Amino acid sequence: MSDLKFNQSKRTFLKTGLASVALSAPFVGRAWAETVELTMLGWYGTAEPDMVGAFEEANNVKFVPKYYAGGDNMLAALAQNPPGTFDIIHTDAEYAKLLVANDLVMELDASAYPIDDLLHDDFKSFAGHWDDSGKLYSLITRFGHLGVSYNKEVMSAEEASTYDIFWDERLTGKVGHFDWHLPSLGQMSLLMGNASPFDIGEDAWKAVQEKTLSLKPQVGGYFDFGGTFSGLKNGEMLAMVGIGDWVTGILERDGAPVSSVVPKEGGIQWTESYSIAKTSEKTEMALKYLDYTMSPEGQVKTAQMLGYPGHAVTKAGRAMLNEVDPAEAARSKQVNGDPQDPITLINEGRISYRDIPVQQSLEDWNDFWSEYKNA
Amino acid sequence: MRRLNLYALTFRLPIIIWQALFFIGPLLFVIAMSFFVVKNFRMVETFEFDSWSKMISRDFVWSAYRYTLVMAGSAAALASLLAFPAAWFLAFRCSAQARQLAILLLIIPFFTSYLVRTFSWYTILAESGVLNGGFALLGLGPFTMLNTPFGTLVGYLTFVLPLVLILQTVTMANIDDRLIQAARNLGCSSARTIRSVILPAGKTGFIIAALFAFILSFGDFVAPFYLGGSNPPTMPILIIDTTKAGQQWPRAAVVAVMMMLTLFTIAFAAIMFAYRKRASR
Repeated sequence: MSDLKFNQSKRTFLKTGLASVALSAPFVGRAWAETVELTMLGWYGTAEPDMVGAFEEANNVKFVPKYYAGGDNMLAALAQNPPGTFDIIHTDAEYAKLLVANDLVMELDASAYPIDDLLHDDFKSFAGHWDDSGKLYSLITRFGHLGVSYNKEVMSAEEASTYDIFWDERLTGKVGHFDWHLPSLGQMSLLMGNASPFDIGEDAWKAVQEKTLSLKPQVGGYFDFGGTFSGLKNGEMLAMVGIGDWVTGILERDGAPVSSVVPKEGGIQWTESYSIAKTSEKTEMALKYLDYTMSPEGQVKTAQMLGYPGHAVTKAGRAMLNEVDPAEAARSKQVNGDPQDPITLINEGRISYRDIPVQQSLEDWNDFWSEYKNA
Repeated sequence: MRRLNLYALTFRLPIIIWQALFFIGPLLFVIAMSFFVVKNFRMVETFEFDSWSKMISRDFVWSAYRYTLVMAGSAAALASLLAFPAAWFLAFRCSAQARQLAILLLIIPFFTSYLVRTFSWYTILAESGVLNGGFALLGLGPFTMLNTPFGTLVGYLTFVLPLVLILQTVTMANIDDRLIQAARNLGCSSARTIRSVILPAGKTGFIIAALFAFILSFGDFVAPFYLGGSNPPTMPILIIDTTKAGQQWPRAAVVAVMMMLTLFTIAFAAIMFAYRKRASR
């Protein structure tokens, strides 16, 4: 009796189950079919939930991040993976021009983006983002400034307002480098009075090398992301060359006594852009994400990014940031009228856009960097 | 003519195949890669000496090479010296059970990732760390220990000291106790016993232990990077730097081949010395 009962209930259970699966299959299938996977090649943090979570939820998208560190690695990832591997490419602006030159990214419709709403005229025709015929290939999305990053318990912002502070005897053995030649050597070039720090002749290049070598006795180490953060946080390094608020901003949010300032010799701007790989098969969704990043909401997310903070590039984005997160807007000086407002600094001519060396090869700069580390 | 012994081959073949696939094959590929060139961030298979001429003509490569040799040699020497008294105690003054327990305890650090163990030194060696806290109580310091060659050596020793200690203990525990008793009966002091009996009898084990310490330190990236602050860089750091800069894998392969040639030479010399018979008088 009990066996019969069990068999009946088992049969009923199986029937009900199969019927349910059959009825729901079209919906389940559709839901699965509609989930688009977008592969993002970018710096760490750009495809994390704080950045893409809301977009994923709203559009049934799943981001697959492929992170890199340094433009060379980004280009290598593109060269060494089969076409179609990546959909969205997040890159430093100086490398975006190489993407365009190598025909790796698709043309974008400039009229689809709030170009007129960009905070600075330079951003509207950013070098390397447009080709000679005026076609847009890369979309500026966030930026930040590099200067002197310092421990506030050891020196004041005023003292830190010159690159000469790196030679201060209080900092012997306590000056750290972010281990990448472009920002550090660019800052040395600014200190040597080169208005275009990456476009220098042979004599100026020699002078930059000599000046950099003279800093060696002060240097405590060369660090990657993790080492830079921990070095500043635990006080092992009291000042850092080649970084800015993108590092100290995170530590400041955690209460560490560190900050960054653009010194009187000028600062260097890192600029990040989005492009869509020419071989992507998901361009529709990728374009939708680019729309989102340029929306006020997307711009606020980019300014608040947990990986490392940056500045909004649109007026609407900045306005919304001031409205929804005034503390972060004030901390990062993205407030109209603030003397350290990044846009004011650009207008005052105190900012140079980071670039690849113009009169020397990247290899020359790399070689010198290795020499310097071994000096 | 010798016949092929299938039974013996059954046992020998796996190791031969394994070594061919995972050691000799990659080794030959790295050597071949050192003659490739990079164009547009992509490696082109060719046979050119560009990478070799570029790398061996650079002073910084040789200074990194010298520094790595000195640091790895120092780590091997220090680990051997520091391990010796403890190994001697474990081998000759402990019961068998205590020795087994000690060896087990020495193996336990390997259960934790070497990277994690290295990072834990941050809290100990930092200027605001545990050691400097202790020195401050004595009115000393603070001393800079992180991002220095000292920091690198601490990292190397974290890696190799337990291993050297285990090898030395096993070596000394296998020395015939009667030889030591005979030396003492003949009036040898402890120092003379060590010099005339223990060191010659355990020579092979001591040299193999030091060789392991040298090889592991020479190729280690973690300690010089995280505790030495890459200041100055060692050869493994140079490999990373080279690949980061323009994806120059062929140049990195040159550095790797230089390292392998060095290790082959030193390992060969050490093993020859370890197994050399003493000349009879």
